[in-house]
Amino acid sequence: MKKVELAVIGAGPAGLCAAIEGAKHGLQVTLIDENIRAGGQLFKQIHKFFGSGVHRAGIRGVDIGSQLLDETEKAGVEVMLDTVVWGLFEDKVLALVHEGRSTQLSAERIILAAGATENALAFPGWTLPGVMGAGAAQTMMNMHRVMPGKKAIMVGSGNVGLIVGYQLIQAGIKLELLVEAAPEIGGYSVHASKLARNGVKIFTSTTIKEARGDERVESAVTVSVDENWNPVPGTEREHEVDMVCLAVGLSPLIELARLAGCGFKYLSELGGHVPLHDEKMETTQPGIYVAGDIAGIDEASTAMEEGRIAALAAAESLGRLGGEEADALKKSARKRMEEFWDGSFGRRVKASKESLSVKE
Amino acid sequence: MRKDKELRVNEHPILGSAEERPRVKIKVDDQWMEAIEGEPVAAALMASGKMVFRYTTRLNEPRGVFCAIGRCTDCMMTVDGIPNVRTCITPVREGMVILTQRGEGRWEGISFEKG
Repeated sequence: MKKVELAVIGAGPAGLCAAIEGAKHGLQVTLIDENIRAGGQLFKQIHKFFGSGVHRAGIRGVDIGSQLLDETEKAGVEVMLDTVVWGLFEDKVLALVHEGRSTQLSAERIILAAGATENALAFPGWTLPGVMGAGAAQTMMNMHRVMPGKKAIMVGSGNVGLIVGYQLIQAGIKLELLVEAAPEIGGYSVHASKLARNGVKIFTSTTIKEARGDERVESAVTVSVDENWNPVPGTEREHEVDMVCLAVGLSPLIELARLAGCGFKYLSELGGHVPLHDEKMETTQPGIYVAGDIAGIDEASTAMEEGRIAALAAAESLGRLGGEEADALKKSARKRMEEFWDGSFGRRVKASKESLSVKE
Repeated sequence: MRKDKELRVNEHPILGSAEERPRVKIKVDDQWMEAIEGEPVAAALMASGKMVFRYTTRLNEPRGVFCAIGRCTDCMMTVDGIPNVRTCITPVREGMVILTQRGEGRWEGISFEKG
């Protein structure tokens, strides 16, 4: 069986940064991803990132992705693409499948950076072709340059709903309206204003009641909701659209952490069941770390820092990095995360993350 | 089916003009069509206006793309005789044969050795 010092699972922002950081400190690193291309969801993020200069803010996700792929190659990371990790056994043995063949890989340290999956929302017609995740529309438009429809309704006004809503318009799709069940817009008002300036109707205290159509979406029915989230009879409105985008949150992809026997906590602010982890991103299973959305849904900017922290901790535990140097590097990554969280959204995330902490 | 051109994002304010890329021919149900080399099957089908990728086992309901990143399995079709292939993460290849899947699908023209 092949042996490596550090196996990183998932080549999105967290995994790429973890692999680069680990290799930089002398670890022999294998980065594994089931997709045929590394980068995770970065290549569909054509908007500029938030935060300040140290967070690569003002740079588009797609360009950050290219930079990271470049650094990964230079750092000498072994990258295994089109490779699914289907098992994680005792003594940190991973079961992989590539081109129909199964192999095993033994790792001294493992960083799980599997990311997240989009949530669905159940309503009559929710399975009709044309109802899709906002991220799915983003993948189709921004990565493959295909319009999944011509006229859309967006459900959810968090930053994903607002930003992808604008990206629909950029791709040439008409965004008919955006609905938000809460009485207030969830994301940054700067993004909501951009939509409003483009003539998009934004209805708060409104949700989707039904998607109609025979073989695909032909219209969507919206309805107002009262303060107890109950639909208000008589307020239904039918809109002629051929796609319904759902921007109703993400859930961490935690299967491998479950297989590893990690301890969990349910935190709705972080997207659901999240592996417990300490400040070094180590789970309750020694030598197994988490980074990025699997450690609680947040931005790519913090995912990158978490990846670095996890890799520094792994390098330190294998004696590649002195305690003082490791502490200083982890501290500066942590400081960049804290700065990023210094807003009303970030503060909520930070508070939830702190409640996950296991005793060191 | 709608025309290819209508549903391709040829011009984009951030991404710029789409580069001309090599095409391949794929067969979808009984029809040959063009796809862009290397793009996922699902993208090629959506660009041609096809939205129904399969029908469910019990209720025979249509399903299409939901997540587009290989997680949800809603977009499964029978590809080159293999059922339940996630078309959103499977790149097209010259001569690929793609079938709208009914239920769990069937293994087409593939035989198994008896063990």
